[in-house]
Amino acid sequence: MPPAPQTSTRLDAAHRIGREIAAVHAGDVDKNARFPRESIAALRDEKLLSALVPVELGGMGMGMMELSTICTALGQYCSATAMVFAMHQIQVACLVRHALSSSDLRAYLQSVASEQRLIASVTSEVGVGGDTRSSICAIEQTQDRFVLAKDATTISYGEHAQDLLVTCRRHPAAASGDQVMVLLKQGDFQLERTSSWDTLGMRGTCSPGFKLTSSGHVSQIVPGDYGAMSSQTMVPFSHVLWASLWLGIAIDAVARTGSFVRAQARAKPGVVPPAALRLAEVSNMLQVLRISTHDVADECERLMSSSEGNEAMLAIGFSLKMNNVKIYASEQTVAIIQAALQICGIVGYKNDTKYSLGRHLRDAFSASLMVSNDRIYAKNASMLLVHKDP
Amino acid sequence: MEDQIRNILKEHGRLASDAATLADNADLYQAGMTSHSSVNVMLALEAEFDVEFPDRMLKRAVFGSVASIRAAIEELTAA
Ligand SMILES: Cc1cc2nc3c(=O)[nH]c(=O)nc-3n(C[C@H](O)[C@H](O)[C@H](O)COP(=O)(O)OP(=O)(O)OC[C@H]3O[C@@H](n4cnc5c(N)ncnc54)[C@H](O)[C@@H]3O)c2cc1C
Repeated sequence: MPPAPQTSTRLDAAHRIGREIAAVHAGDVDKNARFPRESIAALRDEKLLSALVPVELGGMGMGMMELSTICTALGQYCSATAMVFAMHQIQVACLVRHALSSSDLRAYLQSVASEQRLIASVTSEVGVGGDTRSSICAIEQTQDRFVLAKDATTISYGEHAQDLLVTCRRHPAAASGDQVMVLLKQGDFQLERTSSWDTLGMRGTCSPGFKLTSSGHVSQIVPGDYGAMSSQTMVPFSHVLWASLWLGIAIDAVARTGSFVRAQARAKPGVVPPAALRLAEVSNMLQVLRISTHDVADECERLMSSSEGNEAMLAIGFSLKMNNVKIYASEQTVAIIQAALQICGIVGYKNDTKYSLGRHLRDAFSASLMVSNDRIYAKNASMLLVHKDP
Repeated sequence: MEDQIRNILKEHGRLASDAATLADNADLYQAGMTSHSSVNVMLALEAEFDVEFPDRMLKRAVFGSVASIRAAIEELTAA
């Protein structure tokens, strides 16, 4: 299938926003751990916050592949911008793929498109950590209203989002894994900050802990159970879009390193600088990361387009693959940037040169913690006890 | 077969309700089974019935209820 005619224009827009806006403020966003408001405003102006919303509801109806390339583009200029953008899209994906049967939630998606509303994610919880498949908090329903309180360890851009998508148990007696997703709209909820966000990297995501209290109408509960949504949408979108933006961070690191090596080569034409060999090595690592990320994005997009495909996304084999792409990308991004730093040497280590790689490295270190790789490895270890086909 | 399945669920399913009296079509995940405990159930079923679940069967729905587990075992032991 040829790409839609708008595809390159949207990608061009992402690069333009990245170059002219995100990159300009990236240093300040990082230094002051502040929300990348300029670039998010620019993404709103391009209507990119409703990229995944179906065309008939006013959005772009974008697929996983194109969105992946846009996250990669943004990641090259400002990791925090790319991460905020990606996390928002993951929430929209859950609604677009699982909530269209509800007229209220359809109407909500229309407002995401017309008002470019930003949605934050509330999955992690004090007491369960990064285990997104279990919750302590539960919906308490009285007639057609509910109340919900959650002690959240981390809510990225919680103070800058209009709305929240929250995981919780279906009712107060439900098992910890019997979860639903609930949309909370501005006015439905209060957030009381419980911790700070003075971190090594990804500082502009502004992700402290919060105590959430809320109430709403039962129509805000996404129909169906979160277990299936997690396997078919939340996990694949999270892992692919995160990997895509980490790839973007790695691409920029390699670009800086390339220009460093070329400058060395120009200074002494005829002599291949020793660092060029290391650059060749890093370029090789980058290519494999790129191929791995594109391969799963492509597979997800294909699977999501048919009912058999969506069924296949519920199988253990698919989960293993999605987990592997996250683990690989998170480790490889750090490895690539570290190798790039080794090539640039002191000018890469300094924070004020055009070859600086400190921010890239600090941001990339969040990747293996953002749902701990060990947790994911443990899940894979368990699944491999029954999964046969390597 | 029914009893064997229910015994395995009782031992490995980490269910909140009694596996012996659970309805045939009751949702085991809602009853407390997690992805982790479902793997233990699969392993115990493979040992008990001397079968290997092919990868195409390793999905939520197949292990979602006593009835669906029984159907899967019957399919594998019929051959
Ligand atoms: C930049 C960033 C932004 C984030 N934004 C959000 C957000 O907006 N919303 C949100 O909900 N979450 C968000 N998170 C995720 C949230 O912070 C997770 O709770 C966090 O990554 C996990 O916390 P933890 O490392 O303390 O706890 P845990 O996941 O509990 O892990 C702690 C340690 O214990 C180990 N461990 C624990 N249990 C197991 C197990 N079963 N198997 C193997 N090892 C185990 C882990 O490997 C790790 O070493 C974000 C994370 C980052 C880095």
